[in-house]
Amino acid sequence: MEKEIVIHADRLTKQFGNFTAVDRISFDVARGEVFGFLGANGAGKTTAMRMLCGLSRPTSGTGTVAGYDIARQHEKIKRNIGYMSQKFSLYEDLKVWENIRLYAGIYGMKDAEIARKTDELLERLDFTRERNTMVKALPLGWKQKLAFSVSIFHDPAIVFLDEPTGGVDPYTRRQFWEMIYEAADRGITVFVTTHYMDEAEYCDRVSIMVDGRIDALDTPRSLKAQFGVHSMEEVFQALARKAERTE
Amino acid sequence: MREFGAFVKKEFYHILRDRRTMLIVLVMPVVLIILFGFALSTEVRNVNIAILSPSPDPTVRQIAERLDASEYFTVTQWLSTPEEINDAMKSGAVQLVIAFGPHFSGGMLSPEGSQMQMIVDASDANMAQSYTSYASGIISAFAGELAAAGDENGILTQVQFLYNPQMKSAYNFVPGIMGLIMMLICAMMTSISIVREKEMGTMEVLLVSPVRPIYIVVSKMVPYFVLSCINLATILLLSVFVLGVPVAGSLAALWLVSLIYIVANLSLGLLISTMAQQQVIALMFSGLLLMMPTMLLSGMIFPIESMPWPLRGISCILPARWYITAVRKLMIQGLPMMYAWKEIVILASMAVVLIGASLKKLNNRLE
Amino acid sequence: MPAVSVAHIVKRYGKTVALDGVSFEVEKGELFGIIGPDGAGKTTLFRIIATLILADSGTATVDGFDVVRDYKELRKRIGYMPGRFSLYQDLTVEENLSFFAAVFGTTIEENYRLVEGIYKFLEPFRKRRAGKLSGGMKQKLALCCALIHKPDILYLDEPTTGVDPVSRKEFWEMLGKLQQEGITIVVSTPYMDEANLCDRIALIKGGRFLEIDTPQNIRESFSVPLWAVRSDRMHRLLDDVRAFPGVDNCYAFGETHHFTSDAAFDAAKLCDYLHGLGHGDVALCPASATIEDCYMLLARQ
Repeated sequence: MEKEIVIHADRLTKQFGNFTAVDRISFDVARGEVFGFLGANGAGKTTAMRMLCGLSRPTSGTGTVAGYDIARQHEKIKRNIGYMSQKFSLYEDLKVWENIRLYAGIYGMKDAEIARKTDELLERLDFTRERNTMVKALPLGWKQKLAFSVSIFHDPAIVFLDEPTGGVDPYTRRQFWEMIYEAADRGITVFVTTHYMDEAEYCDRVSIMVDGRIDALDTPRSLKAQFGVHSMEEVFQALARKAERTE
Repeated sequence: MREFGAFVKKEFYHILRDRRTMLIVLVMPVVLIILFGFALSTEVRNVNIAILSPSPDPTVRQIAERLDASEYFTVTQWLSTPEEINDAMKSGAVQLVIAFGPHFSGGMLSPEGSQMQMIVDASDANMAQSYTSYASGIISAFAGELAAAGDENGILTQVQFLYNPQMKSAYNFVPGIMGLIMMLICAMMTSISIVREKEMGTMEVLLVSPVRPIYIVVSKMVPYFVLSCINLATILLLSVFVLGVPVAGSLAALWLVSLIYIVANLSLGLLISTMAQQQVIALMFSGLLLMMPTMLLSGMIFPIESMPWPLRGISCILPARWYITAVRKLMIQGLPMMYAWKEIVILASMAVVLIGASLKKLNNRLE
Repeated sequence: MPAVSVAHIVKRYGKTVALDGVSFEVEKGELFGIIGPDGAGKTTLFRIIATLILADSGTATVDGFDVVRDYKELRKRIGYMPGRFSLYQDLTVEENLSFFAAVFGTTIEENYRLVEGIYKFLEPFRKRRAGKLSGGMKQKLALCCALIHKPDILYLDEPTTGVDPVSRKEFWEMLGKLQQEGITIVVSTPYMDEANLCDRIALIKGGRFLEIDTPQNIRESFSVPLWAVRSDRMHRLLDDVRAFPGVDNCYAFGETHHFTSDAAFDAAKLCDYLHGLGHGDVALCPASATIEDCYMLLARQ
């Protein structure tokens, strides 16, 4: 069976003045795949991710996300993706259900559907008791789990996760990854950045950016074999040490 | 001392590198002065007026010429019946009609005197007031001349405008702007700059150092003190050379009272910074709790005398109120410093209380 | 005399208990790690031993000085790098460093030797504003600033959070060198793998220490059998292993899943069971516990 491609990047480039933040990156991500997007600070990950989310126009190259052109159909893209980052996720001064409602409303979901899915979601997360809790009163790990659930509440084709597990305790981090797996099993493509190298192992495929280019792209297993090492940490060290630019 | 020097240097770097803020700080007084001086002026200039006189005699003509010759009025219409007044006013062609009774010159010599009436477009009450007082001023002066020539036995009251003979509004707002700007820079910017360090986390590092917290904050005040002095000089130069408002009294006294005011505001800024943890809060504090009352209640725009007593009470605790009063006395009226002693004492005590309070609140620790 | 001695520290914020009776000692010249997730109380603890906030109860001495009474004396001896890189973004690298030197009454030249190894990375960007540096560079500059007065003891609150693995590794190498200079270092991190680089560590959760010991002792004291398992269907494997009798707790761990087991567990039966469920490439072997396994086990108890 031919895999359905949901993210396609072809020589995607972004320049700021003389500085090439992203340098002709090309890759495809299939439906339901967990795609790890790694790189050192300043390697160009954020810029690349912004282009894919339709927030920034590529200088050259083309790309499609969920079948829409990233340069021209960014409004359509925004309707079909979910986004979550450690920094921006939920409104701290709204209650749990209010946050869910708000995001569902933004994506134009119907009231009845929102009500049904909210109950389901709270049930699944074992959050039913926290329905009326202010988000700021939740522990960090819970917030992150809730934020992730909210980001895929409208069943997007793809969810972009920007360092979703930073600072989260090891146990919750794993629960978080199990949620990622579940989402992938439901056919949601997961595009994730992380600084935890063990999390790189959990991805179906991993790309590693160095100086704006994608220097490696494969399954964790093949990458380790290719570099003759035992962990993704070592693969990353071997690649990122080559980086010339410091910014 | 070397530590202190390093702090001050660092503060100047912050200010000099934040071009936008610095531009605002330096340009704001200039813009305000120009705005108030020209665009928002309540002065009267080339206002169209009509003269109603059923039988224009030489005195009426002379008065009309005087009005027309002034920079304030232009006589554009001569009316002969009261019915025409309404049309002239309605069309907006004139803002003021001066109506003379029949046989005006003759009447002047009789014991009953002559009659004259001013009909003014009062849709803008302030301007209406200005038109009539300007016109009265001109006519009074004319009458005075006639009296001096011994031609008659006087008809009109003499009004003399002391200290501000041309009724320039600049005389009123220059002290107000001085009060406002120095408060903004000293209280608002100082507090924001201290709170910014808390927000950025650098305050944590500074507090862990052996440097005494008082050094940290005093060093923050130095650049804003310098900026305020620059602004004060700018405002004074602009008001003297552009607006033509002279410093009638002693320049030294004016600077003295300004310096006391600056110190009071710097301490106020420090006090705000000890209470606020975020720049937004500091901004709200100084914006809503200081700037609004200062603009509205310090006598800068509305006269304090006509405020109801609760507002007058509030105005008493605003340093700007006393400063503005003192500047009016020292700069506009040209009175010697002893006439402003009350304001100087009040400002100085405010400064002492604020310094005391802020030092007491200043913490050696984070919380 | 220990470099840091903390006894029964309690700190509350309203109803929240940030620190709930924490006690520990750090020896002179030791590299001591406080390991735990965000919100466990690490920053509060640092602020207390850095004289920045007062504990509700309990005592703490650093270099023999009481953190409450002798705070002035202590502030000359402490180097502190708070969680966020507390630099002046609008000042250049050089200006930041010389400012912090002046704050502590010294100069860059006086203590250059101590920071030389780190500063050489920054030298090419001397004239660049700190705000324009990359995360790793900022971290190095902040470390230089915290070191420039040659402190006896260095506190680093999550210096590697949000920093990529390469910069993190370099950073820990630098800490090793500083330790050789005789500086006592207390460092916190949410990255469990960094724990192994410390002499001793405290695992912290919810304002309490779960354990204080050397990383090796902690790993060796892992009290239950631990296994690593893998197959060609890792997602499903998690649920399948969890359903097997005798399996206590199963979680993803890098390229394998780790699970703990009790007496009822039979390894050979699990392999058969997994094959029966259609898993290929099944590999099962006993695993030695990492700090992360220990943390999860202790946190569950």
